[in-house]
Amino acid sequence: MTPVTKPGDARLDVARIRADFPILARTVHDKRLVYLDSASSAQKPQCVLDAMAEHYRDHYANIHRGVYAIAEESTEAYEAGRRTVADLVHAPNPHEIVFTKNATEAINLVAYSWGRANLAPGDVVVLTEMEHHANIVPWQMLARERGIELRWIPLTPDHRLDLDHLDELLDGARLLAVTAASNVLGTVNDVAGLAAAAHAAGARVLVDAAQAVPHAPVDVAEWGADFVAFTGHKMLGPSGIGCLWAPLELLEEMPPFLGGGEMIRDVSKDGFTTNDVPWKFEAGTMPIVEATGLGAAVDYLRAVGLDAIHDHEQRVTGYALGALADRFDERLTIYGPQDTAGRGGTISFLFKGIHAHDISQVLDDEGVCVRAGDHCAKPLMAVLGVPALTRASFYLYNDEADVDALVDTLARAEKFFAIET
Amino acid sequence: MPGLEDLYREIILDHYRSPRNRGELPVPPARRTEGFNPLCGDEVIVYLDVDPDTDAVRDVRVDGQGCSISQASTSMMSAAVKGRTVDETRRLIRAFKALMSVHESKLEGDAGDGDTEGPAGDLSDVQLGDLEALQGVVKFPVRIKCATLGWNTLQQGLDEPAPAD
Repeated sequence: MTPVTKPGDARLDVARIRADFPILARTVHDKRLVYLDSASSAQKPQCVLDAMAEHYRDHYANIHRGVYAIAEESTEAYEAGRRTVADLVHAPNPHEIVFTKNATEAINLVAYSWGRANLAPGDVVVLTEMEHHANIVPWQMLARERGIELRWIPLTPDHRLDLDHLDELLDGARLLAVTAASNVLGTVNDVAGLAAAAHAAGARVLVDAAQAVPHAPVDVAEWGADFVAFTGHKMLGPSGIGCLWAPLELLEEMPPFLGGGEMIRDVSKDGFTTNDVPWKFEAGTMPIVEATGLGAAVDYLRAVGLDAIHDHEQRVTGYALGALADRFDERLTIYGPQDTAGRGGTISFLFKGIHAHDISQVLDDEGVCVRAGDHCAKPLMAVLGVPALTRASFYLYNDEADVDALVDTLARAEKFFAIET
Repeated sequence: MPGLEDLYREIILDHYRSPRNRGELPVPPARRTEGFNPLCGDEVIVYLDVDPDTDAVRDVRVDGQGCSISQASTSMMSAAVKGRTVDETRRLIRAFKALMSVHESKLEGDAGDGDTEGPAGDLSDVQLGDLEALQGVVKFPVRIKCATLGWNTLQQGLDEPAPAD
């Protein structure tokens, strides 16, 4: 592909990138589409759409089954997607990538398989107050079923993890399940440090990396975690495919999750034996073409460069934090770190006297897409003491003009709902 | 495409900015009912004081927090039911829910509860007045639950047994 940084300038050429995303050319309510909800799901570049269409058009068949040319082509495309994802996160072996439906299913796989094989009543799983429901409810289900104990790492006043009592919380723990980056606060956690502390305490580490892998280089070896869950649709790939990374030995000793075709080596009336990793965890017909699409998305991200994407998001986020504070002062409260240090491009805020849904409604009228609500993090909302927040999140195709559109439209919302005194 | 002015009519914004009958009533004689929309965190608390002799709504107060639509709709409701008998209030609730029901019955996957059918259910004489301003909400299906939250809470309050003195 053509370079996406401008000559003599390390900055991303956002106009060039935006041209790769057909949906960004459309209008909403006769306004330019300003898409600020990539933390929920990212838009797709033409190359992903093309790769999937081509797979369906020219190579489609079920995988790992047919002894015919297109079945082999389809299988190869699916496994190429796995290798591409493995490369992206520096997995030592592509077979350490298990395809799932999404990050939620990847975490549920660990809770169901590893959790049920390893956790007994009274065992401790440590979570944090900034987890998404996807990294809370599977453990609560296990707590209900197995009587395990859940502990919570609290937050500091600036909405980072409060690690003052980490050793006490990890004492006797079997697992630390932590997000790499909060989908609400934008806070980026020190995964390597947390993993080292957890391992020193004898606990395994699961990382919810759904908000991390799309936005910066990730090296699972550097993190030193045991399980890393992430999803395709937040990183320019299609919905319907997610990933679990874990070391081969760990995956091999884990019992299967879903039972069915492909995950078995042999089945008789007396029982079954399991397939090799990762197929042991891939029962039934998988999201085949989605793997092709995800591979194309990863190729695109790497061609742009995840370092460049990270730097770009830092700059846009810094601009947004400044613009919101300048324009609205104390009428708008940002939840999460107030500067770009240790935070990503997700900004959640409360507008004094205006409900998040009303803000979102006025923004929609101007073509600005943000998320409003509890963001699948109700325990965090309770800790913050807020019923709902408005969230704007940035990706490689957003720029300062999008931030300006957000700020201008927020000003319109403020005027619209102004309480006359 | 419906515009913002279809949703946020001036009377709605007025009730949002200056909510009527805001506050609490002593329980008993009033009864207190809480309504909650888990989808958006909106919360409505209705205090209802019914005169046992005349069966009229002697006083009503509302509390809670949420978006402009839920709070304005609840405020307009409180102004509309004060002084009405319980029967009249029930008919008003049904008429308002019928106004909102075209989409809601579909969203909730039920066929509706026959609000406007049968002689006893004829609501054509119910005057909605200002409440008709909320009709624009049906063009924004996700907001219908905001508009009906207070009304469902009021109905729940009417259906509960009267508090013992």
